[in-house]
Amino acid sequence: MRTRGLTVLLVAAGATLPIFIPWLKTPVILAINNGLAVLGVLVLIRAGQVSFGHAMYVCASGYAVAYAGRFFHLDGVVLILAGTLASIVLGALIGLFIVRYRAIFFGMLNVAFSMVLYSILVKFSTYTGGSDGMRVDRPPFAGFTFERSGFETTLLYVSICIAVLAALIVQRYFASASGQALAAIKTNETRLEYLGISARRVFWGGYVASAALCGLGGSIAALAQGLVTPETGYWVRSGELVFIAILGGSSQAIGAFLGAVVFEFVRLYAAAYVTGAWQLVLGTALIVIIFAAPSGLVGLVTRFGRGRAGGHAS
Amino acid sequence: MNLNLCLTAICDGVSSAALLYLTALGLTLIFGVMRILNVAHGSLYAFGGYLAATFGIVIAQRGLPPALALPALVVAAIIVGVLVGGTLEVTLLRRILDKDPILQLIITFAVFMILEDVQRLIWGSQPYFVSDVVNQLGMTTVLGITYTNYQLFVLPVMALVAFLGIQYFLKRTRLGREITAVTHHREVATALGVNAKHVSLLTFIIGASLGALGGALASPTTSLVPGIGADVLVLSFAVIATAGLGQLAGSAVTALVIGIARAFAVYLMPEIEVLVPYLIMVLVLLVRPQGLFAAAEVRRV
Repeated sequence: MRTRGLTVLLVAAGATLPIFIPWLKTPVILAINNGLAVLGVLVLIRAGQVSFGHAMYVCASGYAVAYAGRFFHLDGVVLILAGTLASIVLGALIGLFIVRYRAIFFGMLNVAFSMVLYSILVKFSTYTGGSDGMRVDRPPFAGFTFERSGFETTLLYVSICIAVLAALIVQRYFASASGQALAAIKTNETRLEYLGISARRVFWGGYVASAALCGLGGSIAALAQGLVTPETGYWVRSGELVFIAILGGSSQAIGAFLGAVVFEFVRLYAAAYVTGAWQLVLGTALIVIIFAAPSGLVGLVTRFGRGRAGGHAS
Repeated sequence: MNLNLCLTAICDGVSSAALLYLTALGLTLIFGVMRILNVAHGSLYAFGGYLAATFGIVIAQRGLPPALALPALVVAAIIVGVLVGGTLEVTLLRRILDKDPILQLIITFAVFMILEDVQRLIWGSQPYFVSDVVNQLGMTTVLGITYTNYQLFVLPVMALVAFLGIQYFLKRTRLGREITAVTHHREVATALGVNAKHVSLLTFIIGASLGALGGALASPTTSLVPGIGADVLVLSFAVIATAGLGQLAGSAVTALVIGIARAFAVYLMPEIEVLVPYLIMVLVLLVRPQGLFAAAEVRRV
């Protein structure tokens, strides 16, 4: 496994750098949680499907966290679970309908659902705060009350642990029987059905898992930012998730996080220079990656590693 | 709900359905021939709208004859269709015909992101609203309700002309028959001597122009804001998915149903207005996954 070194490097950097450079904390937390959502998109790409609406699960969990925090004053850990659960329920319901469709229909129906959620959030401003969104007050975490800095440090390490765990679980899932069945939806769905496996059921499982990962990322991000807005669920954000998945490389779970970290820092710096043309840069980069480096950053890294290890043989 | 309100809602519905149909027609036409869902279609709509609005402003400022206003809308649409649509097809779309459908979708999505920003760079983010054409054409009172001639006559007639024109073109002209042949089977058509490349380019330009025409004709009645492209794209997709992808005539029916249902929702239950098109789509797709008018087709795995 060539990506192991990369994983260790990424985890070590994520765990130590923000301690020495405190302003890195928030971007790193956001990158990791974006990575979790991208991991969700990756699960669907495994089945050969791409969703342009998955930011809705990030957004839905954020609002669930905001509501649960406002009305029940729950612990941060419980809030994260509640947010994730909300996404799972939403994903399970929408999934019932959406797993019947593939390719274009799948992609576009997800967009349709996400736009419905977006417009509900903007329109019912008495309940949702409209386009200004809702504040998420800093809750106690696992029973402890933190200052801002301590809270962020805690979230950082919690995110890293969850991310590593999630990546491992997703890799295990891909290797498992139902993960293989999921991949078979891409390669040959008819054969899958001939084996007596319900493609819809398998895909539904994958869809709910992807919603759960987006929800997990969305909940922690909402806590970290202390704010949720409908913009989190806008189609542009869904597009970014797909973009990061392609950027990082869709064949390995680590790609999601590598892509998310690169994305977050490019955005930090580039957005200042290209204000108003950010999507233009993203779109162009996306097309270039698809044509020039279809296996993404992970592909580039592993090819580099193989080139060195193979020496003159390659 | 009284009769007047009912009639107003129907007029609203028909005029918005006409616009929706023009845009959806372009989208489904391109899909039929190239088997690519052009996500950037929403941008073509927006470009058409903005360019038409710019023309409207120029006509008003330079004191050009106001009779030019209506033709200017169509000219704006064709310019966008040929320039933006043509460029897109030649530089990108024809190169991705053999790619994975997922990648095709992502690539046109990327184009959409690019065009959204280009549009913002050219026209800025302040709303555009140029309604000189509508005022110029006046109002008509029918059965007790007063309505603009533009929405009552121009829009439905334009949609009808586009529909009949496309039908005639596809069924009766040589070029149109070639397009139909490519739609049915690209390889066989090529083997029989049809230049599939030219056919693709032509179809794409026609489809793009129709999308831009939808935007251009919408510009005098709605204000143009950034983000309008995404809404229109998803709405047009709802129309063509409800009808069945590639169903030109069926799309007209679903555009009418969705347009009128939405117009009634505006008056009866304004909160769910945005949801109505999607509710209709979801309900139809639950019962007929291939759409209302498409014959069930074995899914190509």
